[in-house]
Amino acid sequence: MLPAFEYRSPLSVEEALELLAKYREDVKVLAGGHSLIPAMKQGEVCPKVLLDLRRMAGLSAIDPFEDGGLRIGALVTHRDLEISELARGRSPLLAEVASQVGDAQVRNFGTLVGSVCQADPASDYPAALLALEAQVVVASPRGERSVPVEGFIQGAFETALEPDELVLAIDVPRSWARTAAYVRVRHVASGFALAGVAAQILVEDGRIASARIGVTGVAERAFRLAVIEEQLLGREPLPGAFAEMIRGVALGREILSDGAASAEYRSHLADVCTARALRKAISRIGV
Amino acid sequence: MKSHLTFELNGEATETFCEPRQSLLEVLRDELKLTGSKEGCNNGNCGACSVLLDGRVVNSCIVFGLEAQGRKVTTIEGLAEGGTLHPLQQKFLEHAALQCGICTPGFLVAAKALLDVHPHPTEAQARAWLAGNLCRCTGYDKIIRAVLDAAPSASGGK
Ligand SMILES: Cc1cc2nc3c(=O)[nH]c(=O)nc-3n(C[C@H](O)[C@H](O)[C@H](O)COP(=O)(O)OP(=O)(O)OC[C@H]3O[C@@H](n4cnc5c(N)ncnc54)[C@H](O)[C@@H]3O)c2cc1C
Ligand code: FES
Ligand code: FES
Repeated sequence: MLPAFEYRSPLSVEEALELLAKYREDVKVLAGGHSLIPAMKQGEVCPKVLLDLRRMAGLSAIDPFEDGGLRIGALVTHRDLEISELARGRSPLLAEVASQVGDAQVRNFGTLVGSVCQADPASDYPAALLALEAQVVVASPRGERSVPVEGFIQGAFETALEPDELVLAIDVPRSWARTAAYVRVRHVASGFALAGVAAQILVEDGRIASARIGVTGVAERAFRLAVIEEQLLGREPLPGAFAEMIRGVALGREILSDGAASAEYRSHLADVCTARALRKAISRIGV
Repeated sequence: MKSHLTFELNGEATETFCEPRQSLLEVLRDELKLTGSKEGCNNGNCGACSVLLDGRVVNSCIVFGLEAQGRKVTTIEGLAEGGTLHPLQQKFLEHAALQCGICTPGFLVAAKALLDVHPHPTEAQARAWLAGNLCRCTGYDKIIRAVLDAAPSASGGK
């Protein structure tokens, strides 16, 4: 059994924020618990107070914005995203990533927001969230603020969240892309991404008019391939046409190196996944 | 301090007391003495502790017991009806889809969740759905055969 902790399950955001302000570093927020509980079992974290979000109303919804965007509440699970008609219609890329996270059991309980707050460098979502230019909606006693995912995730297991702040949702802007894809290579045992690349592309008059590419799993934090996004502009979307520009996409980053994969291998996989994600996205044009 | 917990367990209203730090698996096994759900890794990796929570398969070792408050839980003990085995259980026997058996309750519960959603799964669907359940003995093939073979009778010939 785990060491004892004080268990609180606030019913409202106000109540949750009061508890966070009161206990600060001593409190841990519990969403799906699928990162937190294993970490507690390993003795890596030992919170004095656990603040369970799961009785709070209004956090389980996927809400449409009028302009075509989406707000994904803090308790929306991977599975909810995978099967939601709304999410699949408006953000097929995010739904595609959700359907690949972990296994059936994990997808049924873990949440998108929990995954982003965990900021595991091997998490699948950041690639897509960077490509989608998603925003994290953060509440605190000082009010609400929106932080781009790119700035929110600051490093391995590090976010821009202050101890008295709570994430309410993730906002995904209206999708302008004609096509998108997520491709990864997973670690055989853990299932987490050794490299994962999400790409979304807009094609106008037979040419690439806009592209966004995010890479996860490879470096301390996920990153965008801004240079390649530029280089793709004006090019014809032919499958396999961009091999020459996809060489060492991760170079210059702090590339992860551990028992699962060396830095050289991860860097190689980043190229492979980038090429495959572009090819897959392009092959979907017109489908 | 223990909290009062009420939920529906295998179709029956159930109440017990548990500590917030107890996992749903610990509540089932230690408080309610339902030892069918197994503890393998105790960390979310193996699926031996799989139960259905409101019809969705979850790893009960990394879900707190309090999570079940007011909800429906189905464990391996809830699969057979009266003395009749669930078609999945019957087919696991016929296909010899188990050896040591520690993974079996988890596989059966996860497979039930699969058939509830996809009454006629393809082999690829079944393999993908059961990827969260580990077996060190069988090599998986017999398990997949048993699940696919159980599908027609589990769906009542539909
Ligand atoms: C066996 C297994 C396999 C997995 N495989 C994958 C995989 O292949 N790919 C992948 O991407 N992930 C994988 N995961 C991780 C999974 O996606 C988790 O669900 C996710 O990382 C965390 O979500 P959660 O809701 O469980 O968060 P929790 O564990 O509840 O929380 C995670 C962290 O975020 C904080 N937090 C959560 N919500 C908020 C909030 N609203 N405001 C502020 N802080 C918050 C918590 O305090 C905690 O520090 C796996 C997990 C397991 C157990
Ligand atoms: S015992 Fe729960 S997943 Fe292994
Ligand atoms: S039968 Fe032994 S682990 Fe599956």
